[in-house]
Amino acid sequence: MKCFPCQFSNAVKSAQSSTSALMSVSVFEQADIISTVEFNHSGELLATGDKGGRVVIFQQEQENKTQSHSRGEYNVYSTFQSHEPEFDYLKSLEIEEKINKIRWLPQKNAAQFLLSTNDKTIKLWKISERDKRPEGYNLKEEDGRYRDPTTVTTLRVPVFRPMDLMVEASPRRIFANAHTYHINSISINSDYETYLSADDLRINLWHLEITDRSFSIFCVALCGVAALYCSEFNSGVFCAGKIPAYLSKCLRYSFAVFEEPEDPSNRSFFSEIISSISDVKFSHSGRYMMTRDYLSVKIWDLNMENRPVETYQVHEYLRSKLCSLYENDCIFDKFECCWNGSDSIVMTGSYNNFFRMFDRNTKRDVTLEASRENNKPRTVLKPRKVCASGKRKKDEISVDSLDFNKKILHTAWHPKENIIAVATTNNLYIFQDKMN
Amino acid sequence: TRKQGDEELLVYEDTMFVRGLKRKCFDGEEDIEGTLAGIKAIPSYNLQRQSLLDMSLVKLQLCHMLVEPNLCRSVLIANTVRQIQEEMTQDGTWQMINMQSTGQASVDRLVSTDILCRSSREQAEGKHVPGYSTFSKDFEGDQAQDSSETMSTASSVQALRNLQSNVWEMENPQENKGNFQKSLDQIFETLENKSPNSVEDLFSEVDNSYYDLDTMLTGMMSNTKMGHCDGLEPFPSPTTTTSSSNCKSDLNELDHIVEILVES
Repeated sequence: MKCFPCQFSNAVKSAQSSTSALMSVSVFEQADIISTVEFNHSGELLATGDKGGRVVIFQQEQENKTQSHSRGEYNVYSTFQSHEPEFDYLKSLEIEEKINKIRWLPQKNAAQFLLSTNDKTIKLWKISERDKRPEGYNLKEEDGRYRDPTTVTTLRVPVFRPMDLMVEASPRRIFANAHTYHINSISINSDYETYLSADDLRINLWHLEITDRSFSIFCVALCGVAALYCSEFNSGVFCAGKIPAYLSKCLRYSFAVFEEPEDPSNRSFFSEIISSISDVKFSHSGRYMMTRDYLSVKIWDLNMENRPVETYQVHEYLRSKLCSLYENDCIFDKFECCWNGSDSIVMTGSYNNFFRMFDRNTKRDVTLEASRENNKPRTVLKPRKVCASGKRKKDEISVDSLDFNKKILHTAWHPKENIIAVATTNNLYIFQDKMN
Repeated sequence: TRKQGDEELLVYEDTMFVRGLKRKCFDGEEDIEGTLAGIKAIPSYNLQRQSLLDMSLVKLQLCHMLVEPNLCRSVLIANTVRQIQEEMTQDGTWQMINMQSTGQASVDRLVSTDILCRSSREQAEGKHVPGYSTFSKDFEGDQAQDSSETMSTASSVQALRNLQSNVWEMENPQENKGNFQKSLDQIFETLENKSPNSVEDLFSEVDNSYYDLDTMLTGMMSNTKMGHCDGLEPFPSPTTTTSSSNCKSDLNELDHIVEILVES
């Protein structure tokens, strides 16, 4: 893993001068396409899953007292193979080992636990540290061979001696065979004993201790459940789907449908596809919900179902290109979104390795780029601009020269600090706020 | 190990399908290889719509891959097909019988779409379809030569007819239309009328009728009867090894077609 600590200027000019203005970055090149990024509850650990079924965990260095201007950087902490490719003999189909989601459990003891899932199987992993080992056995040599008992003349008490830190990951539970379709999201309930897993048609409720059965909550033609959540603030299960019409016919439980009436002037053959929700995230306050569809991010007040309270256009210039994007399948890309710790800024990815931030208070937004070429060490992180039509100004990028292979689907924001993790295809960028 | 797509995806100059407006050809004009008489015709809305329909059908066909297809994507594409079909029905362009265009030109157009719709059995037998190598030319020719609404309608209608006749090998064209329509209706009806099943059903159902949704629309169905779509269960799986092996062998050909379509 290569790590390039850099310092950049933050392009999000906040109205408040007290917020920091600089961001430093680390870049980690990964062996495979990154498929999910998730901070743990404290933000000290950052987990990524990739297409090869691997999980890489980064740990934040403890803050250096002498370097008070920057927070600790992230370094690789542990790497393990979470899922292997499988073959379903019944259907004659491969099951991809790609990690779709990772969710951390809150830390209860020295070990860390996370759930990782591919299309079919969810696994509970325990990550524990070992930095001591016992030495001085009576009956064993240091290399493990047994000593001849007759040669033992004295007894000694084995002592623990420090060793190089070893981080071990071991699978503790395997939850399998409960999903016919691809698992697209998992969510740990606030009791921290049960969790939900969802594919396109079904939501299952599991207990973390029980692997041989789960309860099916819904069996609906939702198609594209993006996220589900069981929050201490809101009782019930929230799930986002594609077609509210189907939702209303099939749900047995009382529900609320958050749906904005369609704008008839924007109607096209692609309206349904682009209104399909690709991610749902609840605010830390529990009062708001953010949905990401293909072209926009919408913030909903959970008490108001008929329309969002805020809408932010991510890349409206793509609206005229929908046919091409349908042709090359980009229209089906599932972008994620995230809140910052104080729920004042939301962030989501776009194409050309761009990602966007929207400040809900100031209503300002910025487009930034995650790329090695443009982010040299100690250079200013420039805001980017896409020119939709007409004359292109200097430094602007025209829509036609956007690289649609370079997409930022996965982003994550540290739960407490202004540290963000942005995944391009193979690279993980960590941007930090530089304290003044 | 990862493969990184090196090529930059071309983004075409195109616009949203707005009804009634004529737009520039959304396909790259650089591929016209002398099939035009120097005239770059602007494809009509109907033609663009037809292309979208064709594209959607190819995508559904390609859903049969080594890895299990994405349900959400399949449904979204199928819904797009349905929207087009509904609009074409309202337009009156969804008529099979009387819109007969004759002549060599239309045959070429038929051939070009025929590739997409050949049944897997035919492809497995290695049937040579005349004009396959000139597929892209025909496609371009299709767009370029049509100058009238009637002509384009006829071609789209013929293409759809062809699609059905390959799927079901029906002789009566009227029946074709009705059956195709019926199948589409059945598909979408069953998608809407899902009823929650009990937990035991979770693991007991082995049903390949969902995949029939794709095959129905794209004509890759080999032995199943037409209309075998009642009671779509939410647990689809292609259990017949023949169909999956055919799919795999078709993949190269379909890749080729998609390459042409997407021009990447």
